[in-house]
Amino acid sequence: MMNELIQKLVEAYGPSGFEDHIRRLIRAEIEPFADEISVDALGNLIARKKGSGAGLKVMVAAHMDEIGVMATHITKEGFVRFTNIGGVSPHTLLGNRVEFDNGVIGIVFCDKIEDRNQVHPLNKHFLDVGASSREDCPISVGAAGVFQRNFLAQGDHLTAKSMDDRIGCVVAIETLKRLEDIPHDLYFVFSVQEEVGTRGALTAANHLLPDVGIALDVTLTGDLPEARPMAVSLGQGPAIKVKDSGMIAHAGLVQLMRRRAEEAGLPFQMEVLDGGTTDARSMQVAGPGCAAGCISIPCRYVHSQSETVSAQDVENGIKLLTAVLSQPIDL
Amino acid sequence: MNELLKQLTEAVGVSGDEKEIRLLIRDLIADHVAEWRVDALGNLIARKPGTGESSLRVLVDAHMDEVGLMITDVDSNGTLQFETVGGFDDRALLGKVVQVGPQKLPGVIGARPVHLLKPNQRQEIVKVEAMRLDIGAKNKDEAAGKVKIGDRAAFVTDYEEVADTAVGKAFDNRAGCAALIELLRGEPYPFDLYASFTVQEEVGLRGAQVVAYDIAPDAALILECTPAYDLPNEKDVSPNVALGRGPSIYVMDAGTIQDPRLVSHITRTAAAEQIPFQIRQPGGGGTNTAAIQKTGPGVPAATIAVPGRYAHTPTMMISLTDYHNVVKLADAALRRLTPELLQHR
Repeated sequence: MMNELIQKLVEAYGPSGFEDHIRRLIRAEIEPFADEISVDALGNLIARKKGSGAGLKVMVAAHMDEIGVMATHITKEGFVRFTNIGGVSPHTLLGNRVEFDNGVIGIVFCDKIEDRNQVHPLNKHFLDVGASSREDCPISVGAAGVFQRNFLAQGDHLTAKSMDDRIGCVVAIETLKRLEDIPHDLYFVFSVQEEVGTRGALTAANHLLPDVGIALDVTLTGDLPEARPMAVSLGQGPAIKVKDSGMIAHAGLVQLMRRRAEEAGLPFQMEVLDGGTTDARSMQVAGPGCAAGCISIPCRYVHSQSETVSAQDVENGIKLLTAVLSQPIDL
Repeated sequence: MNELLKQLTEAVGVSGDEKEIRLLIRDLIADHVAEWRVDALGNLIARKPGTGESSLRVLVDAHMDEVGLMITDVDSNGTLQFETVGGFDDRALLGKVVQVGPQKLPGVIGARPVHLLKPNQRQEIVKVEAMRLDIGAKNKDEAAGKVKIGDRAAFVTDYEEVADTAVGKAFDNRAGCAALIELLRGEPYPFDLYASFTVQEEVGLRGAQVVAYDIAPDAALILECTPAYDLPNEKDVSPNVALGRGPSIYVMDAGTIQDPRLVSHITRTAAAEQIPFQIRQPGGGGTNTAAIQKTGPGVPAATIAVPGRYAHTPTMMISLTDYHNVVKLADAALRRLTPELLQHR
């Protein structure tokens, strides 16, 4: 059941700045469960679930955009040069396929390889879209594409191109479905443009001015061969973020998340992330500021076409968020 | 001769010290707007009343500051130490003439003449920290009597036209300012148009951020001058915009993804009005759009720019046809702007 939703979201098109399609999909999922739905100036999808009046105003943010590429130049032979939308590494590119919103598929390759141990920078890569000249090329400069890759469920592992952060969207959607009689006034924000600088969450938080901001996102793991040390592993539970390179989470909120996990008997991990940040960074400093934190789903191979999470971690992430939101948040 | 471009480019307004250019623009627009004011940071903000047909609040922005130098110290021999204000390639500085301080004292960024360079020195790039500004003072006291620490220095370039090409300094972004002034002088729009001539863009989009907070517009259009890179290039790889091929429209840069609804509105308008345009190469760079788009609850924003060669050097070039087409395109796109266009599908 949940895998169907995950597959629907991770296979959808939605590069940063071009979230119309993924927004429509998510909107259809949440419409029956929200009291109010709106879309703001930048395209953030905001679903409100009213509280009893006894609690706080809480913003939960999961970004619906994904990394991708944008065409920068069409050669006279009809090949498409491109730049990155968000953090695209040249290590992940050769032979991959890119899908544009007009349905055109581009095959990624690069200029002549002089040294197999050296990876070309992005600007020495191109897309072959089946054109033979600039004139018949179906892609024009400024067109945005995403990587194409099917969803894979293998044992407990779920793999797809845009687990970052459609899996956060799934956690938000499922939590929204399960919540009943909550004290807090909840705003689930499916944010835009996270991958290019947590921009959507900033304007949404400027508008909503929440007391508490909780981001739902993926985080890296340290459980791979010769990996950079990090005390987060796949399958060991959702991670409660303490700090990343853009934010130090509100200490009281971190404690509260930890307590709720313990009370519910949920596995969890404490996360300190060296590189990268989430929408919590923007929420924390928007307007007069708010108590911000993040529940992360551990994810291998982030920003590749095979981002991999554990189904159990996802389920426990939903349970943790549900526990946090359905009880008092005393900071 | 385009007097507007001549006046605007020959005026001085290095970031943080925009008084001269602000007063000039104020005088150029005062008779064409309902009200104008200067905010705490020095932004000039004006309102041009609309016909009342539309309730939109639309902001059109052009930054009025330019890159330049700031005097930081005086040496015992009377030469001046300086720092750059805004982004520079150090190689563009040596041997150039500048005007220093409010009195506009002539100065030269001194360069050791080629006669006195050792062979290995000819291969070196002189760093800006090693450069000095020479105002002809004999010693520290004489120099200190003429300039103050913190004085700005701007380039000195007379405006000229050669056929369709305009030559001058600071087309980045006086070309945008000129275009915005032309919009203010035209017929009323369906909505109130707020115009901002902003400060401190070149040092980090600082003026625009507070203007957007203040005006809280429903949509914003940013008028700019974007670097053209259309000189002979052997390889068929991602050239940037070219002079004479029309207004350049941003889709994405280092600080923004432009609002796709506004971008397609602008390109559709260009096609309908038969105005040539070029999509600026997506990737690096940044404009006030980055600050405005993210301010408050967010602002749908787009950028139209005049392509300009040799940005951030003493002398730039633009095509006058491109400039006129930027005015025409911005005007037409604004007249066709409706609240429905800004609804998310």
